[in-house]
Amino acid sequence: MKNDNHDVSSALEKIKICASASWQPLLEKPLIMVGAATCGRAAGALEVKRTIMAELERLNIDANVLEVGCMGHCYAEPLVVITRPDSDFPPICYGYVTEGIASRLVQDYLGEGDPCLEYALAAMEVNDFIPTMADFPRGLIEKKIIMDYCGLIDPQNIENYLATGGYKALCSVLRQTPESIVQTMKDSGLRGRGGAGFPTGVKWETCLKADAKEKFIICNADEGDPGAFMDRTILESNPHKMIEGMIIAAYAVGAARGYVYVRAEYPLAVERIRLAVKQVREYYLLGKSILDSGFDFDIEIFQGSGAFVCGEETALIASIEGEPGIPHHRPPFPAIAGLWGKPTIIDNVKTLCYVPHIISRGADWFKSTGTPESPGTAIFALAGKVVNTGLAEVPMGTTLNQMIYDVGSGIAGGKTFKAVQIGGPSGGCLPESVLETPIDFDSLKQVGAIMGSGGMVVLDQDDCMVEIARYFLDFTQKESCGKCTFCRLGTKHMLNILENITKGKGAPGDIEKLLTLAEDIKAGSLCNLGKTAPNPVLSTIKYFRDEYDAHINEKRCPSLMCKDLIAYYILPEKCERSCDACVGSCPVEAIFSNEDRIKVINQEKCVKCDSCLLACPPQYRAVVKLSPPEEVAAREKGKK
Amino acid sequence: MSQQITLTIDGQEITAQPGDKVLWAALANKIYIPHLCAIEENHTPFASCRLCFVEIKGYPSPVTACTETVQPGMAVTTRSPRVDRLVRTGFEMLMTNHRLECNICPANHSCALQRIARERGLSLKPKELPLLERNLPVDDSAPGIIYDPNKCVLCGRCVWVCKTRGAGILGFARRGFDRMVTTFRDAPLAESNCNYCDVCAGVCPVGALTIKCMS
Repeated sequence: MKNDNHDVSSALEKIKICASASWQPLLEKPLIMVGAATCGRAAGALEVKRTIMAELERLNIDANVLEVGCMGHCYAEPLVVITRPDSDFPPICYGYVTEGIASRLVQDYLGEGDPCLEYALAAMEVNDFIPTMADFPRGLIEKKIIMDYCGLIDPQNIENYLATGGYKALCSVLRQTPESIVQTMKDSGLRGRGGAGFPTGVKWETCLKADAKEKFIICNADEGDPGAFMDRTILESNPHKMIEGMIIAAYAVGAARGYVYVRAEYPLAVERIRLAVKQVREYYLLGKSILDSGFDFDIEIFQGSGAFVCGEETALIASIEGEPGIPHHRPPFPAIAGLWGKPTIIDNVKTLCYVPHIISRGADWFKSTGTPESPGTAIFALAGKVVNTGLAEVPMGTTLNQMIYDVGSGIAGGKTFKAVQIGGPSGGCLPESVLETPIDFDSLKQVGAIMGSGGMVVLDQDDCMVEIARYFLDFTQKESCGKCTFCRLGTKHMLNILENITKGKGAPGDIEKLLTLAEDIKAGSLCNLGKTAPNPVLSTIKYFRDEYDAHINEKRCPSLMCKDLIAYYILPEKCERSCDACVGSCPVEAIFSNEDRIKVINQEKCVKCDSCLLACPPQYRAVVKLSPPEEVAAREKGKK
Repeated sequence: MSQQITLTIDGQEITAQPGDKVLWAALANKIYIPHLCAIEENHTPFASCRLCFVEIKGYPSPVTACTETVQPGMAVTTRSPRVDRLVRTGFEMLMTNHRLECNICPANHSCALQRIARERGLSLKPKELPLLERNLPVDDSAPGIIYDPNKCVLCGRCVWVCKTRGAGILGFARRGFDRMVTTFRDAPLAESNCNYCDVCAGVCPVGALTIKCMS
């Protein structure tokens, strides 16, 4: 393939001029950006946007309103960023915006010039009035590479991406040889962000060297870990970055066709990619002879129908081929024989997003962030019992402690930290003692978890670790394809043992049985779903064996979570005679007043629904959970 | 003929064709390796039964013999503590999920499970793990074939042979523990497009698909 250097750059130059021309007028009027990724929408972003539009019309204010993606501060959604070019104020980001706040922002700020700082989260630029995001602990730790423009540009408009320097890397790539690009990727040390951390450059080199007329690129956006939403947010906020990375990857390995394998459960992401691909084609950045370089490449969108195992690359390929999504034995690896038997590169969304940055700024720049073995940043979806949930991009090597206490602002509700679950169903639960572990592929493996694709669920004192292990194993057992013996039957046996333990039917020796089964399942399973399925059980046994022992030997759940091992009890000394909130809340009429008008729970009738505990006014807090359930009888006896 | 490859299995020097899998090279030389799902003609092995583990010199852990291609000078060992443990666990897991009624089973004495138990000194009745019974209905609707899903070990041989030589009506359905060999929408064989060619019963290693006796 022959490139004409002049043509490539001049074609992109023309496009960029167009893009800037459409971007510039946006900055002349007040600009309101509403974070409307799935997280924002769930919190009411579309209603907020509607209110803003109505208010602007009512007050006859001329302003641009943009629907943007997510900046990662999901806890404070809906987020609104307002820029008033004619004022002294910098662009201000407002959090927890309701329809009422939205109409006040329009009236007071855009109408009368009062920026309503009581609702402001932070400023977007350094200034003298308002702290910026970088002034908070989270801002100090975060380093945004691939999320740089997430939440700041309109994902539905390619011109926004072009105006931020988008597709420049592609342009420079088309003037290089595939070999030099692969070399840059190898030099950068980028490791696949799907979970396994395989060096991306090495994978590309294998595919480049594979002798075949046809090759394929697949973007794996089949994110399925419970509690993880990194890929969704990135695709909803800046789909063009992934597409640019994909085109570069295609050029580097010589593929003419690419697939984006995205979950059908992500309708907004699917819509955004579809629109983005359409726009890229219109700008001749995709299709026949991209930017007149003679390089052909096109992308097709394939919606996965919700099987977790389809995130495994051989199952994913089978799924695109129209076969059931079931893993095959590797080798051959897809880079040698993948889709339709042709060499295929499968990269995670985040991996592809790094590519344009590495090409533009070089391998050394990329290596300057992170650790020597795991360069770059890590993106985590912080969920669970932390104060500030959301998406955070931090350099590799950041400790778990910093993630939870600085980025996530600690544990919500004044509770104490118990564990952090990293890596989803293939990962593990880590306790406080290893919180100083740096986040990178190798360190996490050493302590019994995995990097995974970026799910990080924080658990507090109310979470039972046996129940958490059971939950994850139940997930993998249901999502196992059932093909191989160890995964289909082995995880079922493990799940049965765990279910018995959480129901108080555990027997001495169960832990040893779990450990033996886990070891065999890891060694015997066909694919990585099975090989990693026992990890949540192994890590909870390793760090929280005392909880297993309490369940098995004392039939007691220390976290008061396992329904079969707890009973609800009303403390007579705390119960208020004149109050009967709990009586009304009980759906099965299990609560009655005794002769002293103290409320008592009939344990036979109680269904342990938690209603009375929630109904009991906070000044009394008379309803408590006791474990083991026999504790209730013991206390009642003691009273008499 | 292409160049023959020489390798050793359990110290015995054997020759094989390039591209052959270790499992078939061993079986051709009367060296037994437990297996259920492997089909020699199928060049993309299912590798689903996970019983044909062997040690290969230079490999960090046991591998399945059905997926390993023979290499010159390869040194294969069919027994080792690690291999025996994996085979024992895998076999035990399968036996917790296989209805054991050998005395009335048409596959009695020809059953691959009995052979594995005999060759490796394993018990047909699970010792460590409890039974995981499925209690699925037996399909005896077809004139010549009986299908008892409770005995099925999900090796997939019937699915492959039905697809390549039969009417192509058998397939896998559902996920995880509920995965089973069945027809489209779980129709009884008589109501499916089954042509009663019996090839499935011919390849079933365990007596889940059997030919009806004329009694």
